[in-house]
Amino acid sequence: MKIDNALEIRALAEAPNSVWRNALRHLLKKRSAVVGLFMLGTLVMIAIFAPFIATYDPSRILDDAKRNTPPCIYLLGCPANQTEHYFGIDGNSRDFFSRVVFGSRLSLQIGFVAVTFAIVVGTFLGAVSGYGGGWWDNLIMRVMDVLLAFPSLLLAIAIVAVLGPGLINALIAISIVSIPQYARIVRASVLSVKELDFVTATRALGASPARILFNRILPNAMTPLIVQGTLGIATAILDAAALSFLGLGAQPPTPEWGLMLGEERNNVFNAPHLLFIPGIAIAITVLGFNLFGDGLRDALDPRLNR
Amino acid sequence: MLSFLVRRLLLAIPVLFGILLVTFALGRLIPGDPCTMALGEHFTPEACFQYRERTGLNDSILVQFARYLGGLASGDFGISLRTSQPVLGIVLLRLPMTVELTISAMLFATVVGVTLGVISATRHNSAADVLTMITANLGVSMPVFWLGLMLAYLFAIMLKGTPLWLAPSGRLTPGTSVTPLAVTFHLHNLSGIPLAVVTFASNLVVFNSLISGNWPILGDAVKHLILPSVAVGTIPMSIIARMTRSSLLDVLGLDYIRTARAKGLSQRVVIYHHALRNAMLPIITIVGLQLGTLLGGAVLTETVFGLPGVGTFLVASIFARDYSVVQAFTVIIALIFVTVNLVVDASYAYLDPRIRLQ
Repeated sequence: MKIDNALEIRALAEAPNSVWRNALRHLLKKRSAVVGLFMLGTLVMIAIFAPFIATYDPSRILDDAKRNTPPCIYLLGCPANQTEHYFGIDGNSRDFFSRVVFGSRLSLQIGFVAVTFAIVVGTFLGAVSGYGGGWWDNLIMRVMDVLLAFPSLLLAIAIVAVLGPGLINALIAISIVSIPQYARIVRASVLSVKELDFVTATRALGASPARILFNRILPNAMTPLIVQGTLGIATAILDAAALSFLGLGAQPPTPEWGLMLGEERNNVFNAPHLLFIPGIAIAITVLGFNLFGDGLRDALDPRLNR
Repeated sequence: MLSFLVRRLLLAIPVLFGILLVTFALGRLIPGDPCTMALGEHFTPEACFQYRERTGLNDSILVQFARYLGGLASGDFGISLRTSQPVLGIVLLRLPMTVELTISAMLFATVVGVTLGVISATRHNSAADVLTMITANLGVSMPVFWLGLMLAYLFAIMLKGTPLWLAPSGRLTPGTSVTPLAVTFHLHNLSGIPLAVVTFASNLVVFNSLISGNWPILGDAVKHLILPSVAVGTIPMSIIARMTRSSLLDVLGLDYIRTARAKGLSQRVVIYHHALRNAMLPIITIVGLQLGTLLGGAVLTETVFGLPGVGTFLVASIFARDYSVVQAFTVIIALIFVTVNLVVDASYAYLDPRIRLQ
């Protein structure tokens, strides 16, 4: 191949970096992905600075406040003789705005922790399965098949039934049910590259199996894992909210959005704002991860970049 | 085709065995001693030993597993600790509700999803396309139970007094009920499996009122199903709409579509007879894959709308530590899920010869 000019030589020299740089460029070109990124950025900021944004302690019961009071915002014409509560007062006389703000911390944590745990375990199982092959492969993948044979939310409910209700147990349950998808991704990546020349060459150089796995094979699984992980966070947040709504996840007085909906569901007639806001918060968070994840998938898919 | 089916069935055996093993383990991993819970205040070590002897808990784990399998095969799912009824009876009473909800949600998701997807793909990049895709993105991000609450708020409270009013809860208007099919059709001497089937069919309210010609009840039952079905079906609807759009866009770029257009066929014929038929394959797979979401969503939505299905009972059983019910419901739902996936696979292979020749 003849290289015509200096520009092309420079482009070739920069090649190793350009996959991620390319991806970022494509990502920023996609309007929906940028919207998703902006939503997530805002949420992360709210979560980090929650103590400064919140106007009250989220679990403090306000003695002078009346339960289920609708929102009172001075700027929107709320009379000055009332105390300002942006989202009103919940069914237990607590400031609802502060609870919603602190809820962002929990939802983001739940999403990240559940998916990280699932990715770590899934990667390990998938790598052992794909790299080890044979008997191990069969055993692990059949177990994954069995996990996939249950509707995921129902399996999570059953696991929580055994472990007992609680936020940590709900997290464990959600992680377990999402392990198979990551194990499958990693196994497929391992199988697709393990017989390629660059892996054989590394093996011939005397590298240990662990080194081959971590330095040669797993980097090839990164792209699908990142995409699936981002979309998986959205599902994990939804599932965790569902478990908490049923009373199987976070327990009172934790300011968790799903639990808040569960606690206030009978207030739909007299204080509907207590049901609008946490649901919208969940939807915005999940939408952010979905938009960003879809954008990532398109940006990281080399077939679409051309 | 036959060899494909046999292969697929053989592959399902280890999965089925795994499901039985997992649900059996679920029953054993429960914290707390079953005899302490069953005997309550009558607990003494001797009584407990007798209880364990009577219920077979003293046998080896293998014997217990074999007994569990035998029980399932003969329709014996154990006794509910909370209500002291056989679990099979509870299942026959409550599963029909969940099945009806799942099927109607699936119908909603498929019909609306495919329609939106076709509109979106045929008017690519138009305002309708953008609007549909925004709807789909929002639909896939909303918690099922929250959407249910919002629909109930909109149709039961805000639209109160208008013809669009819909009841926010219950299977039928209070005070009405369906007549069991065994009574309608004078089937008196049933027992065993036929009785179970007739009981199950009786409790499918829509089916029952349809075949016994009870139109007022049918209308009432359908009306009560609308809101929960929309709530459960919205996530799958959004996914199906996106899938239909991308699948149809792929197909519309192919040569044979250009040929069809060049022949002078109308847009309608090109879309519905040529393009959609080939675009259907990925759509069917997605519809099958959404069944798990639908079943999970049904369990959640039942609790929101107070519907007497498996979901409400399952959640109540978890809080009451009634594990035989949790175990039985889990195994039944998993078996339904696996069976339907088998059927979807088979229909996929039937529609696409390339699959079964692999």
